[in-house]
Amino acid sequence: MTSTINSLIQKLWLPTMTLMAITGMGQMPIFKRYYVADLPGLAWLADPFMVHWIHYIGAALLMLMLGWIVTTWAAKRPALTCSGLIRSILLLLIVVTGYLRVMKNLPDLHWPPLTTMLIDWTHLLFAMLLGITALWTVATGRKTYIKS
Amino acid sequence: MKAPSKTRQTATLSRRSFIKTLGVTGATACISTPVSAKEVDTSFTSEELMTVLDLSKCIGCGECVSACKASNSHKYPEVKKPIPPMFPKRVKVEDWSDKKDVDDRLTPYNWLYIQTADVNHNGEEYEINIPRRCLHCTNPPCANLCPWGAARKEDTGIVRIHEDICLGGAKCRAVCPWNIPQRQSGAGMYLNLMPRFAGNGTMLKCDRCYDKIAQGERPACISACPEDVQRLGPRSEMIAYAKKLAQSMNGYIYGLEENGGTNTIYVSPVPFKKLNTAVKKGKGKPHLAPVENSMANEETLTKALITAPLAGIVAGVLKVVADSRKEKNRD
Repeated sequence: MTSTINSLIQKLWLPTMTLMAITGMGQMPIFKRYYVADLPGLAWLADPFMVHWIHYIGAALLMLMLGWIVTTWAAKRPALTCSGLIRSILLLLIVVTGYLRVMKNLPDLHWPPLTTMLIDWTHLLFAMLLGITALWTVATGRKTYIKS
Repeated sequence: MKAPSKTRQTATLSRRSFIKTLGVTGATACISTPVSAKEVDTSFTSEELMTVLDLSKCIGCGECVSACKASNSHKYPEVKKPIPPMFPKRVKVEDWSDKKDVDDRLTPYNWLYIQTADVNHNGEEYEINIPRRCLHCTNPPCANLCPWGAARKEDTGIVRIHEDICLGGAKCRAVCPWNIPQRQSGAGMYLNLMPRFAGNGTMLKCDRCYDKIAQGERPACISACPEDVQRLGPRSEMIAYAKKLAQSMNGYIYGLEENGGTNTIYVSPVPFKKLNTAVKKGKGKPHLAPVENSMANEETLTKALITAPLAGIVAGVLKVVADSRKEKNRD
C-alpha cells in the first residue's frame, strides 16, 4: 500500500509541478500574447479564470501529496541532501505565500497594499528559484532529496 | 413614484447644455473650495465605505464628470513618445493621450461618464442618467487576479490600481465583469523593463478619490453634484438607505448583489433590465446586466486547499502508525 502511494506520488509529482509552473506563469497574460493559447487544446490558457482555477486544483493536489510526504518524513526524519533542503525550503516559502494569496482572494479579507505586492512578488520569485534549482539538480545529477 | 415628465426632460437637456458651457473651469473652482470640516469621517468605523446613487435625481449635467477630470488630472499618466512598438504585432498600443477630452465612455483619462437610457415603464416615459465608473467590488477579481500586486483593495473599500507599479497587461479589464479599467500605453513601469516584450502601459480607473477620502473629504464627483445624487457612508448604513430609497420610489437596486457585492449601489425607478437594454454598450461602455460572483469558484476551491493537506497528513499518520505496529509485531 505504502509503496503504491509513493509510486503514485513519484508519477504525479513532475506533472503536477509542471502544471503549477505553467498555470503560475499563466497568471501573467503572456500565453495569448505569444500565440501559445492558439495551439490546439491550449485555448484555456487565454482564460484568466480557467488558469486560476486549474492553479488552485493543482495546488490542492500538491498539498495532498505534501501532507503525506511531510508526515511520513517527520516520523523518521532522514537527513536531507543539500539540494533537497534548498528545494524543500523554497517549496515551503511558495506554499506559505500561496496560502496568503488564497486568503486574499476570500471575501471580507484583504492585505495592506504593500503586503499584497510583496506576497505576489515573492511567490513568483520563489517559484522561479525553485524552477532554476530543479533544473540545476537535473543537470548535476543531484535529484535525490534524502541522503542515502 | 417619481416619473420625470416630458417637460422635465426638455429642461434637463437644456440645463445639461448650459452647465457644460461652464466647462471644467467652474468645476475646478467648485471642488478646490477649501473644506473646513471633515466631510467623511472614516475614523469611527472599521466598515468599508459605500456610495449610493439615486438615479431618479440625476439630470445628466456632467458636473461629476468634469469634477472627476479636474480633481484627478494629476494622476493621469505622462506618456513618453514615441510609444515603443509591441512584439508580437498582435499586441496593440492603446493611446488615449491625444483624446483626453473624450467623455462619452471610460478612457484612461475619463474615469466617469454618464450613460443615458430613454425607457418606457408602466406607461410612463423616463430619461434615466447613470454615472458609470468602477463599482469597487467587495471581493474584486481585478485585484485578486492581478499577478503583480498593482491592483489592490484598501480598508476603505476602495479598489485601486497603482499606476506606477502596473505593467498594463490588462488582465484586470479582462476579469472585470464590466471591463472598467482602461489602458494607456507608453507610461508606467514596463518602460523600464522590456517595453517591447512584456507589459503595455498602465491601467487606470476610478480610485474613488482615495486621497480626498484619506483627508476626510468626499470624492470630487459627489462634492460637485448639484442634485445630490450620490451619498457616501459606512456600508451597512448605505445598504439600509438604498433599500429604504428603493422602497420609497417602488424602485430597483443594482450593485448590491452583483459580482458577490460591490460598494456602489444604483437605485432606479426603472428596472435595470430595461436600462441595460436601452443604454449604449461596448468598449468603455459597461452594461447593467446581472452579474454572478466571479470569485465563487475560488471560494469553493479554497475548501479543497484546506482539506487536501489535512487528508494527506491523516493518510500519512495512518501509514506511520501501521508501520510502527508492523515493527512491534516483528520484535
